[in-house]
Amino acid sequence: MEEIRNYTMNFGPQHPAAHGVLRLVLEMDGETVVRADPHIGLLHRGTEKLAESKPYNQSIGYMDRLDYVSMMCNEHAYVRAIENLLGVEVPERAQWIRTMFDEITRILNHLMWIGSNALDLGAMAVFLYAFREREELMDCYEAVSGARMHATYYRPGGVYRDLPVQMPKYKESRWHKGSDLKRFNQWREGSMLDYLESFCADFPSKVDEYEELLTGNRIWKQRTVDIGVVPPDLARAWGMTGPMLRGSGIAWDLRKKQPYAKYAEVDFDIPVGVNGDCYDRYLVRVEEMRQSNRIIQQCVAWLKANPGPVIVQNYKVAPPKREEMKDDMEALIHHFKLFTEGYCVPAGETYAAVEAPKGEFGCYLVSDGANKPFRCKLRAPGFAHLSSMDTVVRGHMLADVVAMIGTYDVVFGEIDR
Amino acid sequence: MSEPASLARRLEVQLGSKVVSSVERNGETTIEVLPENWISVAQTLRDDPAWQFEQCIDVCGVDYLSYGQTEWDTTDVSSEGFSRGVEGKGAGRFSWAERPRNTNIPRRFAVVVHLLSIAHNQRLRMRAFCEDDDVPTVPSLVEVWPAVNWFEREAFDLFGIVFEGHPDLRRILTDYGFVGHAFRKDFPLIGNVEVRYDPEKKRVVYEPVSIEPRVLVPRTIRDDSRYEQSRAEREAGAK
Repeated sequence: MEEIRNYTMNFGPQHPAAHGVLRLVLEMDGETVVRADPHIGLLHRGTEKLAESKPYNQSIGYMDRLDYVSMMCNEHAYVRAIENLLGVEVPERAQWIRTMFDEITRILNHLMWIGSNALDLGAMAVFLYAFREREELMDCYEAVSGARMHATYYRPGGVYRDLPVQMPKYKESRWHKGSDLKRFNQWREGSMLDYLESFCADFPSKVDEYEELLTGNRIWKQRTVDIGVVPPDLARAWGMTGPMLRGSGIAWDLRKKQPYAKYAEVDFDIPVGVNGDCYDRYLVRVEEMRQSNRIIQQCVAWLKANPGPVIVQNYKVAPPKREEMKDDMEALIHHFKLFTEGYCVPAGETYAAVEAPKGEFGCYLVSDGANKPFRCKLRAPGFAHLSSMDTVVRGHMLADVVAMIGTYDVVFGEIDR
Repeated sequence: MSEPASLARRLEVQLGSKVVSSVERNGETTIEVLPENWISVAQTLRDDPAWQFEQCIDVCGVDYLSYGQTEWDTTDVSSEGFSRGVEGKGAGRFSWAERPRNTNIPRRFAVVVHLLSIAHNQRLRMRAFCEDDDVPTVPSLVEVWPAVNWFEREAFDLFGIVFEGHPDLRRILTDYGFVGHAFRKDFPLIGNVEVRYDPEKKRVVYEPVSIEPRVLVPRTIRDDSRYEQSRAEREAGAK
């Protein structure tokens, strides 16, 4: 009889289900995985070292490019670390704006996740549905910052500018005209907050649509139920956070437990799973979208009622107004110093974490008193999650590895940094 | 957060001389531990019901070379305009061939661990300085928290810190066959090699980097009394 041997298979880095550039060396026994060895770092850009060579404010844009589907949450961790060291207080309105955009970002991220995860497991339609709503939220990113994704909107001390009073409209063109144009613009008559209000009123019905496609779907359940079970002990030991931890039944959410921005003042629930399998994590994330929607509604209501400053008036940290610079020498000097040398941060160290859509995204800053960070370490949730890959997928089939990569919600921008 | 003010003191009481120093600032607690006590302290922190740090959130290396060094003189004013630029040794200013040698300083490399207790909703930062700077070594915590596996590989890759007892200490983020440890302060910011596709050889080739090192904004330290003042005010307000 011929000898049966294990063989080694190379999965990725160019594979549509590898979510970027994951190279996975799999040792297979037939179709069963015996050992998985993820090779990462193909997208390593040395973000931390680059941040150490630039004034603090110039690195905010790099944070967008870490987890490039939850951009503003990364910025939030970074600016919060700087604010800790500087000891500046963020104006209330800015904190509400940050809370709102963190939740917009969470929906953006989960939409991307639900679409690509379903696509990996063979459900094409969800991807198209999810991108429809993603586009609407990206318009909010664009309205406040001018960029659809890499916004660089959060600044130490607040946010760069206030929300626009007029949501940009579609203009008439060969493709957008007549009743179509009217339909495109029907939410866009008022401010960005009006637009978000319309979006939030509509969004739960859209989540119902995704759920209709997946939650009771027989194929979806066959691919996810009892696949990639992560027991609570394992989740804790492997440093899992976010939906990976909550899917295993541990009610832990930094927004509730260590509230930052305005999370202590908004009303929302934390969904947790029971079995810790891929299906539970799917349910957790879907419910998180509904809860985020609730939070956005509360933020919109507050922001509509309470105008005010959105960034600190401390000109050592935040630039003065344009008008002031025209006739005030002091303001001009502040502007010049801020955009050339930046500001010096008192010596010390801090760790600031936010509940990013994927889990705990943290920023550990060491300052020696200079205008550039001495050490900037970014703690990416996906890095810890992916390191447990070998433990979780052993004994699973090859096709389940794809389901597991999807449920980890890996993005290589943050894992490789 | 349960009593962050007393966390450091309680740790000092329980762990005694194993804690070299402890600092509390902005509600964050940092303890320093000697490498020989590294594992035993970690185990106590994880298993003792008073702490229950069941999660290791992050492990990272820090290279304290050039800590506090500036490239811009802020105290002496000269009459000759641009003479305040100080000869700097920042990572952006040299190439691979010009990298500084003889960079041994005491307490150069540190390993910093961030712990989280879900049960007590508490965080703790733990630091160990490596004793030997030529081959910085710290015991591995992989037996205590399996999550540190990749984090320690990363610190080894980027800082060259050796974690004794680690089962699989390979490079993780840098390229296969990479030379040097990229996040050390004596490693040039521009790197040492670049790759391109060679159409004649029909493969990717490695070449020395072609870009020039440059720094747009010099590193500046200003002793700013405002921060001292605001901190003093906050502390006075807290009391």
